[in-house]
Order: sequence, then C-alpha cells, then structure tokens
Amino acid sequence: MINQSLLIEEMEAQQVVNERPDFMRRFWKSGTTKLGTILLVFLILFSFVGPLIYRHSAIKAHLLYTDAPPSAQFPLGTDSLGHNILAQLMVGGQSSLEVGFAAAFLSMVFGVFYGMISGIIGGWIDTVMMRIVDIILAIPSIFILLFLNVAFQPNLIIMILVLASTAWLGVSRLVRAEVLAIKNQVYVEAAHALGARTWRIMNRYMLPNFLGTVLVAATLGIADAILAMAGLSFLGLGLPPPTPNWGGMLSDAMNYMFQNSWWMIYPPGLAILTSQVSINLIGDGLRNAIETRER
Amino acid sequence: MLKYMVRRVLEAIPTLLGVTVISFIMIHIVPGSPVRILLGNHYTLERAAVLSKELGLNKPLWIQYFIWLGNILHGNFGFSYVYDKPVAHLILQALPHTLIIVVVSILAAHLFAVFLGSVQAYYQDSIFDQIATVINYLFYSMPSFWLGVLLIIVFSINLHWLPSGGIVSSQVSNPGFGDWVRHLILPVGSLFLISVAGWARYMRSSMRESLLQDYVRTARMKGANEFRVVFVHALRNSILPLITMFGLSLPTLLGGALFIEEIFNYPGMGLLYWDAVNSRDYPIIMAITVFLGIVTVLGNLIADILYGIVDPRIQYR
Repeated sequence: MINQSLLIEEMEAQQVVNERPDFMRRFWKSGTTKLGTILLVFLILFSFVGPLIYRHSAIKAHLLYTDAPPSAQFPLGTDSLGHNILAQLMVGGQSSLEVGFAAAFLSMVFGVFYGMISGIIGGWIDTVMMRIVDIILAIPSIFILLFLNVAFQPNLIIMILVLASTAWLGVSRLVRAEVLAIKNQVYVEAAHALGARTWRIMNRYMLPNFLGTVLVAATLGIADAILAMAGLSFLGLGLPPPTPNWGGMLSDAMNYMFQNSWWMIYPPGLAILTSQVSINLIGDGLRNAIETRER
Repeated sequence: MLKYMVRRVLEAIPTLLGVTVISFIMIHIVPGSPVRILLGNHYTLERAAVLSKELGLNKPLWIQYFIWLGNILHGNFGFSYVYDKPVAHLILQALPHTLIIVVVSILAAHLFAVFLGSVQAYYQDSIFDQIATVINYLFYSMPSFWLGVLLIIVFSINLHWLPSGGIVSSQVSNPGFGDWVRHLILPVGSLFLISVAGWARYMRSSMRESLLQDYVRTARMKGANEFRVVFVHALRNSILPLITMFGLSLPTLLGGALFIEEIFNYPGMGLLYWDAVNSRDYPIIMAITVFLGIVTVLGNLIADILYGIVDPRIQYR
C-alpha cells in the first residue's frame, strides 16, 4: 500500500517536471501576458538603466526653470521647485520597484510559514492563529499603514516592513486552505508513516502543490505594494525627501492643478498605472497557466 | 435563519474584541506621547504630568485598556484631544458624509457592473467586449487618487461643471439640495469607476459560465426571449459571487474613500481619521479602527445573508 502510494507520488513528481516547459509555453502563449512582461521589463530598464543613460540629477533644483513645460532641455518639464521630472520619474521607479518586490517577497515567505504552521498543527492553535488574521484583516489595511507610517518615519527598510505587515495576511489564509486540502492525502500520510519529519513534509510534499497559487498571490502583491506605497507618498507619508516617489510627485502636482500643469500630473500617474497594469497582466497570465494545468 | 444570525453575531464578538486590542496596542507602540504633541511649545515636565493624569495616561496599560473598553461598551468613545469634543459626536458628524458616497457608489457600481458584465458575456469576444475589457482593466489598475485628480481637472478646472471639493459652496448664501448633489458627483463618480471595473470582470466570467449551463438551453427551448434568458435565468446564478463581494467590499471601499475624501476635501470618516493620525488624536484613531472592524464584520454577515436570499440551495444551520 505504502509502496504503491509512493509510486504514485513518484509519478506525480515526474509529471510536474515534465510539465514545466509546458507551463512556460502556456504562460507565453497569451498575448496579454507578453504585453505585461514587456511593460514590466521596460519599467525596470527605465528605472535602473535609464539614469545611467540619461545622466541628470533628480534632486537638483533648477531655480531658473521652475514650472517649465516639456522642452529640449527637460523632456518632461520641471516641477515647482525646478526638479527634472524625467530624472525624478526614473529614480522614483527604483524605490517603487524595490519596495514592491521586497514587500511582496517578505509577505509571501512569512505568509507561507504562518499558513503552513497553522494548517499543519490544527486544533486550537490553528483557531487562534487564524482569528488573529481575521482580526487584522477586519481593519482596512490603508488605515493601519497610514498609522504605522506616521508613527515610524519610514526609510526604505521600514517602508518594506510596514507594507509587508498587512500583505502577508491574505497569503497565510490561502496557504492554510491549501494545506488543509492536502494534509490528509495518501502520499502525505505515507511520508509520515515512513518517518519523514514535519519540516521535510512541508518542503517536499506540500509546498510544491501550492507554489503556483502562492506565486500568483505574490505577483499581484507586488502591484498592491507599489500602489500602497504610492498612496502613502501621495498622502505625504512616503520616503523622506529628497528621494522622489511617484505618489509624492503626484501630490506635489496637485497643488498646481489649477495652473494646468499637465506635465506634472500625467507622468507619475501613468507610471503608477503602467506598473499596475503590467504586474496584474503577468499575475493573471500565471493564474491562467496554472489553472489550465490543474484542469 | 434567526438562530444562524444570532450564532454569527456571537461568533463575531471575539473578532471585535480582538480589533479593540489591536487598536489599543497600535497606538501604544508609537514613539512620542500625545502629551508632548498637545502641549507643543508649552511643554514642561510638570505640565506633562498634570495632563497625562487628566487623560488617564499614567495608569498601567492594561487598566487603561479596560477603562477604555468599558467606556466603549457604554457608547462613550472618549474626548478628542484636539477638537475638545466627544469622539462619538465627531464620528456621527462625519459618518453620514462617508456613508452617502460609499453606499451610493457601491449600489450604482454593482447595478452597472452586473449589466455591463452580462452584456459583455453575451456578446463575448465581440469588439464591444474587447474594448470594454481593456477599459475595465485600465480602471481596475488605476490608482484611486490619480483618478480623482483627473476628474477634478476635467470636470472642475477645464469644463467648470462641478465643484472640486467640499460639501457645499461657500460663496452661495443659501446652498440648496442641488448644490449638495453637485458636490457629491465627483467623489461618488471616482469610487464608482474604480469599483465597477473589478466587479464587471467577475460578472463577465461568471455570466459566461452560466450561459453554457443546461438550464439556459432549456429556457431558450421553451421560447423565452434572449433578454429573459440572460437577465432572469442566467443572472440569478451568475450574480452569486458578486453578492458575496457586496458585503466584503465595504472595508475596501471605506479605504478607497479615505483617498477620495482627502482629494476632494470631503469631511467624512477618512478625512477625520487622516487628521487624527496627523495630530495623534488617539481617542479618534481608536474609535475609528473599532468602528471599521464592526463595519467589516457586519459586511461579512450581510454577504452571508444576501447569499442565502438569492441562492435557496444554501441552508442556514
């Protein structure tokens, strides 16, 4: 019996390996996924390679050229303090992407651990652990983030921690549900019977089963983190100046809305929108590719 | 049904207690005391001691918690440090403003999303469906604060059709009902546009599945016209996931309302919270977080009950 189930598990593992190229092909087949990937690569190149090519300071104030519309000297114009908007947009992209990826990764790791432990242990510990998740989820995250950002003036690291502090909740719920679904599968019991340690069972037998689901959640989490950070910066609670940030640029522009300074308002908004669209497209593509496999 | 509701309400109590603990802990991990902020330039050690005694801040934390919890249960949310008014009074002042924009936009967005999603599913992969899908995706990914700014630019600054913020015109001596409605359009519109996008996506995929079911074919066979097939037979089933989201979206919308209120300078709960956080007005911060917890739990309950009303297969136990 045990041998049989191990055999099955072996076959399943084999299958997963064989499916990998297939998965990538399905992921790539969709045009929208390609669009998302291209947009994201563009955004990454724009933010990190862009400043190496377009060598202009993002924080230097050109006091003679404040409020300047786009020109040969400043392709996207300048803001009210004479900052070069194109350069600011690039540097702002760096912190947005860094924070987005880091916060999503951190919340994924913590959420997976938390959810797995809760699901595997079960009983009253599970109840308490999930109640804690329910409780924090009951308060809309932006209210918590706002508060934490006022309380601890954020730098890059604190910003990542703050954003991750609410983002892991959803992941942990997802993972727990997955663990409960496979906890009593024969191959997990077989592994138990063969004396595999809990740690090994978690790693080898459970995680591969829901890695895809978690990956989708983490991908969409990047978009959420970037948006949340932009929102906080928009409210004036972003990284401390002079670090430019898309949300902060937008809120500065709002003060000059009535002068019709369109060149201040569209670039940061479009940058945030691009980040959201690209990552959401990739997340949807991943989800479709995974769901097709499971069908 | 009644028994089920009572049980659900009882189950919600630990969660709500948890919310009170969280909001209490939250404000006590903050560096810097409210006393220092209240006194500002007049800060001396003696004054600080007197004031913190007045505010009850010198007692042990857990005693402060139980005093506060007891007060809440009696409907006493304390006194705002900054406004020098009862917190309950301030919340009751702000709440209707937020409720009106959230409720109107949630209802309108749901109705429209159900309609749009259904039509998209019916004419799936047509040009109309594809254009609508792209537009939905853009609004779905659109930051609420940027959308708000864009609406102000278009409708207030360029077209001069609508006011850019506030709740009544200050220049008009006797602003009437029409003036008030005009101030609501842009905040409601922003929330509406953002919510429609996500819900229409759900509705579309849900309706697509329904239209493939046997009972839809049966309905067609017995001669029901297409309108009836889509909006009566298929709709009843495909609307289920949306009904759940109706209740669950309440907290998200309240979060979105925070940005909208800030942009439109609209004196609702979000703006009250934002001001309170900036001035470290702890009683307001705590009261609003507790209040949000209650709204979320209520939203979940509403979702469950609505689900049972539209889906008779659900049994309450």
